[in-house]
Order: sequence, then structure tokens, then C-alpha cells
Amino acid sequence: MESSETHVPFLVRDCALSAFSAGLRAQNLRELRDRLTEVSTDSIYYHFWGSRLHPGFEHPEYPNMFAAWVHRSLHDHRLGERLGILDPTAVPDLEALRQELIETIEQRLDETELVAWSAPDDQFYFLRSRLVVFDTPRTIAHPRALVEVLPVLSASSIFYHFIDARMRLPGLDDFRAWLLAYGDEFVGLVEALSEVDLFFVPLAELRQTLVSVVSTYFTEHSGPEA
Amino acid sequence: MDDKPLSSQESMPALRLEDYEQIVGPDIIEQLLQLAEPLKGQRIVHVNSTRVGGGVAEILHKLVPLTNALGIATSWEVINGRDEFYRCTKSFHNALQGNHVAIPKNLLKAYEEVNAANAEILRPTLADADIVFIHDPQPAPLISFFPERKGKWIWRCHIDASRPYRPVWKYLRGFTARYDASIFSLATFAQPMPNPMCLIPPSIDPLSEKNMDLSEPEIDRVCAQHGIDRQRRTILQVSRFDRFKDPLGVIEAYRLAKRFAHDLQLVLAGGSADDDPEGAAVLNEVYTAAAEDPDIHVLLLPPDAHRVINALQRAADIVIQKSLREGFGLTVTEALWKGKPVIGGNTGGIRLQVINHHTGFLVDTPEGAAYRIRYLFHYHEHLKEMGLKGKEFVRENFLLTRHLRDHLSLIHALRSGSADRIELHRVAAALV
Repeated sequence: MESSETHVPFLVRDCALSAFSAGLRAQNLRELRDRLTEVSTDSIYYHFWGSRLHPGFEHPEYPNMFAAWVHRSLHDHRLGERLGILDPTAVPDLEALRQELIETIEQRLDETELVAWSAPDDQFYFLRSRLVVFDTPRTIAHPRALVEVLPVLSASSIFYHFIDARMRLPGLDDFRAWLLAYGDEFVGLVEALSEVDLFFVPLAELRQTLVSVVSTYFTEHSGPEA
Repeated sequence: MDDKPLSSQESMPALRLEDYEQIVGPDIIEQLLQLAEPLKGQRIVHVNSTRVGGGVAEILHKLVPLTNALGIATSWEVINGRDEFYRCTKSFHNALQGNHVAIPKNLLKAYEEVNAANAEILRPTLADADIVFIHDPQPAPLISFFPERKGKWIWRCHIDASRPYRPVWKYLRGFTARYDASIFSLATFAQPMPNPMCLIPPSIDPLSEKNMDLSEPEIDRVCAQHGIDRQRRTILQVSRFDRFKDPLGVIEAYRLAKRFAHDLQLVLAGGSADDDPEGAAVLNEVYTAAAEDPDIHVLLLPPDAHRVINALQRAADIVIQKSLREGFGLTVTEALWKGKPVIGGNTGGIRLQVINHHTGFLVDTPEGAAYRIRYLFHYHEHLKEMGLKGKEFVRENFLLTRHLRDHLSLIHALRSGSADRIELHRVAAALV
């Protein structure tokens, strides 16, 4: 096993999101599909991920804004469920995610004869995101220090390292990528972190969930190797 | 023009980041400092048309000193005009909200002349500024007089312009389209523009008189002054007497709920409607509807009764905002901040803040409002839980610090061209 001293520290970063109007909107399912073909991928990013950083209440039932709107405003619960289960981490990139969305909606359009409309003041507005990523003064020298650092990280820092990272590191997040550099030493913690279902945890609660996972791990692995 | 534009520097109170840190937490202040660091040495100027009164001035009174506290030189300039100018801009305001208002040419001429005169006076300040925020339509033409401007100019629209009177919007767009970016409060409020349209919701200041913590004796005193019994259950709506706020619908909801909550009191608190004939008519209807019920308290409060409103919101068990049409609905934000669940009309920015079973309930009818009043009084624990959740929701999303963070992020975005990801790097970091 490699000595911990040889490893690079974890550089804590943070981010802030600017939301912009994409200038497109949809009032029914066909319009939603058509607009999806033309919006930029940063709009797909916003409605799946970035919205968690933007002022608003995270709808605990629907992890992306397309599913939430279809359910709440079009009252198409069947499609809402199908869109809600789309996993953006299971596709290689945002372009592939766009195709998944379009195909799911196409399938629903094939099944239905009538296209539901939303109220005029409840249309789907496509937004775009621009993410400002910045360093913080913090670094984490050793995984054990996660126990004391995680509780004081901002929610947006957690977002950057645990959620946004999945777009940068397919199948991973920044914490797990760092821990894996220690070889097998923290494989149990990597496994425990991989089981956190971030789709059901509002961003505000995610930090506490991670603190709990990391604290439990280091309590149970209090030997010298941890 | 009568007066010189007013500069803010002398009269702005200093704000301490520490005071906000106690409310929002050190991580949020740290975030602001990090975002501000690369902007030190830049000069930001805000321009609007009034120093006192109205939501914009209220925000700038805090936003400007808070930006300065981060080490970014920020000033606030106020343009001055004559009577015709203000008549014109009042018409703009109404037209952007959808009223069909024909604006005579002489008023438009005054509008442009006032802006031309202010541009010359403000030239030394604005020409070299790095970032200029122009608030609302009043100073919008200023940009026309700075073709050689150095910085980025941003037009901030605080008005719900979702359904503007088209001829007026077409005229104003001739100015607003020239800006480097525009800001709207909600996506639904935005009009198509050729520049990037950033979305930044408004915010409340947790340290202002309207939102600061109050002692129980003070709340008791305010209630006693207005005949409100604190031993009884109370519902409250704070809003001007306007049909879109549906005060009669609130009275109806109260009556339906009172059958199941006999001790219930209703407080309708709002400003005087002396200068608004339509408002006066609505107020008369409210008085008529409430006349025979001593448990309905209709309070006409002066515009500066912030502390009284604060106390009333804190004394209420449930806050109602049963609007039929609403902009963002900052009264909802204020109520949530005080830990009160809100029963709100299913419209506008209320939808962004009131989430069924989490921070309150959205309703479409007086019957729906009455049912939810009964529900919350029946499930008292749920009422308390929703209140706590609402307060945290505002803490995370709708305080002044978030507003400032959004401004700083936008500035970074504009300085960085079209990249969808902007990376800012520090020189050194400390090990934990």
C-alpha cells in the first residue's frame, strides 16, 4: 500500500451558477420535444443539475425539471415517472441525455392521441447555465480530515465535488476519485459514498448525508490504516 | 432639470459582513469573498431614479454597502427629473405591467431630455466604470450617450414585463437592447432580447426593520395597539387593497374556516389607497364585507410601517397571499422568513416559493384557502414543520447575500465571454 504522505491533497473548490433565459418555451409535449432538439447542452445541464443551485424549492418527487413540469403542469403522470427515472450519470454526455429525453417523449407522443397543454402562465421556460468555479482557501490533506471539513463546506461546494463531478468524471465524483488514488485503503468508504442516492436528497441535506457516511466509516474503521 | 444627480457615498451606512455571517453562515460569506477577490480594483456603479421609497431603493441601500464591504468599490447614483419625466416613467411602469397606456410625445421628449442631461453630469462616473447596473426604465436611455463606454452595462428590470403593452415595450427596447446583458426576476417576466438575459430573483434583507428579529413584548404591543388578541388564532394577509390581491376572497376563506375555528381572527394589513381610485373602491368593498365582524381587522398602515408589518407577520399563525396575479411576491418571502406557512394563490412567483406540504399550500379559490387553513390548524405539528422548512428555504435562496452572489457571478460570466464554465484560480491555499 502506498503511503498517505505521497498523495496530493484534495483542493476544495466552490461554484456559483448564473441562470440565463434560453429564449425558448413550451406549452405542450410536442413543443417540449421540438425545443429540446434545438437548445444548447448547457440548458439540459441546467434542468437536470444546475437548477439545484438556483433559487427555488427542490421538488423531492422529481429529480429533474422536465419530469416535474410534465407531472405538475401537463398532468401526464406516466411520462413524469419515465422522465423522472432518467439517470444522467448513465449516459456518456449531455448530448446523449438529450437523445434519451427526446426518445422518451416521442414514445409518449406515439401512445397518446391528445396532447396535453399547460396553462398559459405555467409554460416550461428553457434556461441556460453558466457555472463560475473558484478555489477556496481549503485543502484536505488526508481522507480522515473529511470528517471535520465536510460539515463546513458550502452546499455549492458539495454540489461541485459530488454532483457536477459526475459530468466531468463519468461514474465517479471528486471525493471518490481522490480516495481511489489511495489504492484499496479506503475502498469501503468509496463504496459507501457510491450508495448515496443524490436524486432523493435535496442539496441542503446532501452535506449532512455525506458527513454521516464519512463519520460512520471512520468510526467503524478507527484502526491505524484508516 | 432641477437638481444634480445624487451620489450615494456620503449617506450609505457601512455594513458588517459579520452581521450577515451570523445569519447565513460562514460558508456563504467565504463564498462572497472568493467571488469578490478577482474583482477588487473594479468599479461598479448602480443607477436608478429614487433614493427613498420602493423596492429598488430598499435593495440598493443594502446591496451597495455590502458590495463595498467585500472590497469592490461600488457607488449608487440617482438621476433627477422634472414632473413630465416622472409622469412618463409612471406610464412606462403601468405599460410594462400590461396596461394600455398611450404616452404623449411631449412626455417621451422630456424622458429623453432628462436622460441626456443626467448623462452629462454622470459622464465622469459612468464612462470609466467597469460595471454599470441601470435599474428599471427610468435611466435606460443613458447608455445611448456613452458609445465609447469602457465597462459592461447591464439593464436590471424589476418589473413583471411578461405581458407588456407592445408599443411602449417597442419604444423602450430601442434602449434596453443596447445593453451587454439584462436581468429579469423570473423567466416568465422576461421579454426576448438580443443580449444575454440573466435571471436573478429579488431578495429580502434579514437585518432590515421589516425582517429583523423582534422581542415578544414588542409583538404584543403592536397587536394590542391594533386590537389583535394574541391568545387567539390569527391569519394575516399583507398587501395593498387591489383586486389582484383578492382581499374579498380572503374574507370569504376566513368565514368558511371560522366555522371550524371559532376563535379565528383575520388581519388584512395594507397601505392607504388615497391616490388610487380603484384601490379606494376595493377598500370600501372590504370595509363593507368586514363591517359586522369584529374579528376582521382591516389595518391601513403608512408606507414606513415596516416594524409593525414585521410584528404582525410574527404574531400570525398562518400568512395568506391569495393573489390572483402576482409578481414575485416578496410578502410571501417575508412570511416564510418568519417561520410561517403560507397559503398562496397559484400564480407568479408565489409558485416558486410555496410548495404544497413543504412551505405552505397553493390554492385557486377561497374554498381551497379555507380548507388549507383548517388543515394547518388540525395538523399543528405539520404547521410548525412547514414554518421551519420555509425559513430555511428563504435562508438558502432569497436573502440579500444570494442576490449579491448572483450579481458577482454575472459579472464574472460577462467578463469571460461565452464559455459556459468559468474557472477562477487562487494563488495559494492553506492545508487543513
